[in-house]
Amino acid sequence: MGQSREKLKISLRLLFLFLVLVGPAPAFAGRMADREVLPNGVVLLHEERSGLPIVRVVLAIKAGSVVEPAEKAGLANLTADLLNEGTEKRSSKQISGEIEFVGGELGTSGGADFITVTLSVLKKDVDLGFDLLSDIILNPVFSEDEIKRKKAVIISSIMQQKEEPGIVASKAFKKAIFGNHPYGRPVEGTEESLDTIARRDIIAFHSEYYVPDNAILSVVGDITKKELRALLDRYFKGWERKGVPEKPLPVPGHLSAPEIIKIDKDLTQANIILGHLGIGRENPDFYAVSVMNYILGGGGFASRLMDNIRDNKGLSYDVHSFFSANKYGGSFQAGLQTKNRTANAAIGEILKEMERMRTEQVTDKELNDAKSYLTGSFPLRIDSNSKIASFLIGVEFYNLGLDYVDKYKQLIESVTKDDILRVARKYLDTKAYVLVVVGNIKQAIPGD
Amino acid sequence: MKIFKLFVLLAMVLSPFTAGAVNVKEYTLENGLKVLIVEDHKAPTATFQIWYRVGAVNEKTGKTGLSHLLEHMMFKGTSEYGPKTFSQTIQRAGGTDNAFTTREYTAYFELLASDRIGLPIEMEADRMKNLALTPASVLSERDVVMEERRMRYEDDPQNLVHEEVMAAAFKNHPYRWPVIGWMSDLKTLDPEDLIAHYKTYYAPNNAVAIVVGDVDPADVLLKIKESFGKVPRGPEIKEAKAGEDSQYGEKRAYVKKEAELPYVLSVYKVPAIVDEDGFALDVLAGILSGGKSSRLYNSLVYEKQLALSSWASYEGMYREPFLFYAGATASRGTKMEELEKTLLDELEKIKNAAPSEREVQKAKNQIEASFIMEQDSMYMQARTIGTFEMIGGWRLIDKYLEGVRKVTPEDVRRVAGKYLVADRKTTGILIPAGEEKK
Repeated sequence: MGQSREKLKISLRLLFLFLVLVGPAPAFAGRMADREVLPNGVVLLHEERSGLPIVRVVLAIKAGSVVEPAEKAGLANLTADLLNEGTEKRSSKQISGEIEFVGGELGTSGGADFITVTLSVLKKDVDLGFDLLSDIILNPVFSEDEIKRKKAVIISSIMQQKEEPGIVASKAFKKAIFGNHPYGRPVEGTEESLDTIARRDIIAFHSEYYVPDNAILSVVGDITKKELRALLDRYFKGWERKGVPEKPLPVPGHLSAPEIIKIDKDLTQANIILGHLGIGRENPDFYAVSVMNYILGGGGFASRLMDNIRDNKGLSYDVHSFFSANKYGGSFQAGLQTKNRTANAAIGEILKEMERMRTEQVTDKELNDAKSYLTGSFPLRIDSNSKIASFLIGVEFYNLGLDYVDKYKQLIESVTKDDILRVARKYLDTKAYVLVVVGNIKQAIPGD
Repeated sequence: MKIFKLFVLLAMVLSPFTAGAVNVKEYTLENGLKVLIVEDHKAPTATFQIWYRVGAVNEKTGKTGLSHLLEHMMFKGTSEYGPKTFSQTIQRAGGTDNAFTTREYTAYFELLASDRIGLPIEMEADRMKNLALTPASVLSERDVVMEERRMRYEDDPQNLVHEEVMAAAFKNHPYRWPVIGWMSDLKTLDPEDLIAHYKTYYAPNNAVAIVVGDVDPADVLLKIKESFGKVPRGPEIKEAKAGEDSQYGEKRAYVKKEAELPYVLSVYKVPAIVDEDGFALDVLAGILSGGKSSRLYNSLVYEKQLALSSWASYEGMYREPFLFYAGATASRGTKMEELEKTLLDELEKIKNAAPSEREVQKAKNQIEASFIMEQDSMYMQARTIGTFEMIGGWRLIDKYLEGVRKVTPEDVRRVAGKYLVADRKTTGILIPAGEEKK
């Protein structure tokens, strides 16, 4: 429980008004949105929700760092970041000025598997919103001046990340387990790699990957199909199908022995990550792994790691484990922060709990509690426009199907204790793992 | 009845985006518990929250961090349910739960499918009176909080600056204390301190229950009466009355710590939102820092490229006068002196010349739009009601919106000139270790 386990900055902006809302709440029995593939190849997902006069749009384009050349690390992220920094008819300032004047938001975000552009507007401003959205996707100019500016900002933020021990540890961990695979390098690149990226690289990347048959568009809120079609006709007319080349990705190699990475910093706590490769999102074991990890370290106070290391031993405030399951693979990691001199004790407990998971069956209570949470909390994952809009992107990108809400429940319910033991043995490794320790190494690892 | 309905409809048609907090239903139980309920049927979920009027301002010298440690202990179990059951039981019902402590209040919340709303109601009522504290669990949780403190403060240079600035800005008001407590105080907190704090402040007459979601208000009120009605009224609480004496000239604090980029944070003492000037101060913050088209971003980040980020915010959601913040993180190679001066120049500019009508309108539009967009989240709705309720009453939401709409460019200039002055100012500077202050 935190002084702020979530960000506590209370701002007056975080207010709202109450409109009179009527009608029963939808429970998404069956399909949770309309899906269609537009003539130009865009996969369109639409859910009309008229409770509030707002519209939320997420456009995902498979133009993340996995498709950029290794030597140009950061190209995908830089391209996404530059979209709203100037188009043929609008300057960077005009774009932000227009959207912010109506209290809307138009943001871009880089990523490994895909990049996203997110739009939030009041219904009355939806025309302006789509105008801006299409303009930044179709007509960005990537001026030399803006590229220089953006590179400088990214380089400063890379420096600032070094002040955050959790990020330092996470970067080292990914690099160690994924090696040459794109998941091993930071999405934002490095100072050196950014230096090699020229304007022509950005333009070529944009022209190759920002094509409609490489995009998923999710629109949720107070907008009818007819209104949406009219907006797409008007603003995305010139976006033409082009075809995207498939490129093979390197396969990350498995470790055979523990690899320990020590990063010395003047800190009171050791930040620890212990883990290894995991599974991809489309691996059928994903559901058994979800239940297993809930019991190990994903279930907050219901998890073994939290109970042992925080609740019983008082060694850490935040202790957790998770499987990060992406399109082309994934990772498993357990992490915590503890005062330097208790680092070894905490690492020992993580390994002990992993080994217990691999060798003993979980109890009936643990299994039932985990299933009960995972299925029972599903409505919370889709109870707002913004959550639904993002959720739909994942459903499409990972081929989960529009009946996923029902399917998920069945898949979780069918997991048995034997399944958990099997996936724990298969996907948890207490012999070959990467251990990252960021902290005062002399105190954390005595005798080092 | 029909006339009333017509009126509501008309009001919505005339100004669909300018309605206020009309839909909150308020009740008070005999034991003093206030209950606020909002029906929202957008999704089959709901949040239950219970807010206590206790925080760091109610602590004593040498015992800072007590409210926050008690918040942690509230998850350790009750005589009724046994140890380690709270979060587990909520999660078993498919819910999530958490809590937060601030200077003036402590809030606990659950989110779950709305047909299970009875569970958190029952469990919150239980831990309002039956908390079981053992010396061993207190000692162990104290260690957890010290780890939390190391993570959030000792090892986070910008947060350390913030803590130093608070301690310097207020010389006698308990706002100067960190909510998490000073490390040396944490070591002394014992079970007796916690029990006394719990017995004093955790009572229905010092709490507000809030429900937002897909619920029937009559039904949920009945559930609340059944569970909380059993909790006896607590002793009358003597309100913490602390003032803050005059400041004479700017104060400065330096933090030297391993860091990559210099950072500056200036705070100015300003009235709380209940004061008439609060509305203009909020619009001022919007003009300075509401997005990429704002003044600080444009000047420090975009044009001059001195900062990685720059921001301002009006922190008016307090019971007593608090602070206006302005800060910036340097970009690589920027000298602290230049960063601080440029930030100050932007504040001076708005003191000398009123902002344009369009800038003011943009800030107002942003506030209005975010009012509507925040309603997408049930949690945020409850949170806003709770925050206003703690500082003076949820009906202030309406007053606030009306107040913002009336702000003029000249109002903005006037409050900037009145409050952004040396006699109200404290500045904190982060000096990355290894670099000497020039």
